[in-house]
Amino acid sequence: MLATIIFYALAILTVGSSCIVVFSRNVVYSTFALLGAFMGVVGIYVLLAADFVAMVQLLVYVGGILVLTIFAVMLTQGIADVTISNRSVGLIPALVIAVVAGGVMAFAVERTHWHLAASVTPSPTTYGIGNAFLGDYVLPFEIASLVLLAALIGAIVISRHEARE
Amino acid sequence: MGGGIGLNHFLLLSLIIFSLGMVCVLTRRNAIGILMGVELILNSANINYLAFAHYGGAKYDGQVFAIFVIMLAAAEAVIGLAVVLAIYQNFKTIDVDATETLSG
Repeated sequence: MLATIIFYALAILTVGSSCIVVFSRNVVYSTFALLGAFMGVVGIYVLLAADFVAMVQLLVYVGGILVLTIFAVMLTQGIADVTISNRSVGLIPALVIAVVAGGVMAFAVERTHWHLAASVTPSPTTYGIGNAFLGDYVLPFEIASLVLLAALIGAIVISRHEARE
Repeated sequence: MGGGIGLNHFLLLSLIIFSLGMVCVLTRRNAIGILMGVELILNSANINYLAFAHYGGAKYDGQVFAIFVIMLAAAEAVIGLAVVLAIYQNFKTIDVDATETLSG
């Protein structure tokens, strides 16, 4: 019963914040509403017994991506001007596409009989995830570090001012 | 987990967030707004991964993939925002409709 209440509270937080992100005219409001969406998703992860992933989400999304987005919003001038900051085009076709695609997927979700395992008691997951990363997933794990290095260097190269003259 | 909450609840929540993210990507003219929609879509995919990992009895595979998705989302945000800033330096706007130099 308690889990049900918590789930619906988190779902309302997440969906409400996402609606502000999508439909707000001011991009600054959108950015700050993204915080609510990410925090709601963190709570959903905890509800799904994924404690380590929830903490990673908190650190990377809220601590990293969101701060970066706020920086980008603030670095682009004139963004607080409501009339030009976040104009949306073609809202009706986009809503139609989203409703049709979402309806098809909801139909598929409801019709499918998922293979459900017996429910297990939630336990700390860090030990298992660490073993998986350095066992079965060691090659993707190492490639991920290369991807992050490439992203780091690429971001510096793309965004800096050229001062060759 | 408790009572009336099952796999379908999480799948439908993830579906709603995905649809909202798709509307965001389709309607925004602001490049940063489009990136926010992409973040919402990636979050909904992660909810699906963790829901199936929790209810499907898989050990840790779903959670490992969720962490990879978060890692790639971070890289994507860094590159995307760097590109947005470069566009802003060149065009003095981040309206994606204004940057159509290559369109014939």
